[in-house]
Amino acid sequence: MTDIGLGHYLTLGAVIFSIGVIGIFLNRKNIIVILMSIELILLAVNINLVSFSIYLNDLSGQVFTLFILTVAAAEAAIGLAIIVVYYRNAGTIRVEEIDKLKG
Amino acid sequence: MISHAIFFYIFSIIAIISAIMVTVSKNTVHSVFFLILDFISISCLFIMIGAEFLGMIMLIVYVGAVAVLFLFVVMMLNVAQQKNQWFVSKENSSHIPVGLIISAIIFFELIIVIGGWKYKPELFKANSSQVTTEVSNTHSLGQILYTDYIHIFQISGMILLIAMIGAIVLTFRKREGVKTQSYLKQISRERSEGVEVIEVPSNRGVKIDD
Repeated sequence: MTDIGLGHYLTLGAVIFSIGVIGIFLNRKNIIVILMSIELILLAVNINLVSFSIYLNDLSGQVFTLFILTVAAAEAAIGLAIIVVYYRNAGTIRVEEIDKLKG
Repeated sequence: MISHAIFFYIFSIIAIISAIMVTVSKNTVHSVFFLILDFISISCLFIMIGAEFLGMIMLIVYVGAVAVLFLFVVMMLNVAQQKNQWFVSKENSSHIPVGLIISAIIFFELIIVIGGWKYKPELFKANSSQVTTEVSNTHSLGQILYTDYIHIFQISGMILLIAMIGAIVLTFRKREGVKTQSYLKQISRERSEGVEVIEVPSNRGVKIDD
């Protein structure tokens, strides 16, 4: 219990990953919360990479976390830009009302 | 060791609770604030286990840039006060139990994987980039980031540039009725269209710009 090892960090990562997946599935409000859930999932991946990197004494994991950070920032910027454009055209970003693509 | 455990449990409980609050919070602005809290506690964990550079970069990038971007968009789009529609879908709401089941399956699969594996003993000797205790975390990260991973580093810079251009192109729009300076028009003016010689008939004058 008091000896924190790799498994504790991986469990934390798994919990946050699952919460992110639940957030994507159950969302009824707006797309912005879905984007935030994607950020949570990427955060869980970062936790896994960093804890493996620390406990295996290998720095490559931290380098890849840096790249994931870059991609996450780019993805958030593009996604929010798309949401702004959609809101300007359609007037809503409620998940239920975005049904232009019937499928 | 016991203080490490105490801090780990504090930060991870804060992180999990705020992650739950991100998804269930009624107000989108509150979701963004809980996202910030989540990032802060995870970066505290990173600093605690010895990845100081990543913890600090995480604070700068996520809390300083991404979360502020989210807040900006939420407040600009006027959706913060949207009524919460949890579990009251208009049509069939069969996706909710399916989503819960899939998330639970993913979680238990991850737990099974975490619980039941062992390392090969050779793994610890086979590392390409060992962590040394002589230099700091930032120093050693820089030493391999600018040598072994230089191409990936430059490609990530390209990704950021493309993302910036894409976001600007997507949200840019020309407004009607706003007078702007056109540099191209100014530079490409020639004498023939700038100066005009007009024959003025005597006693009648001439009208310009009508």
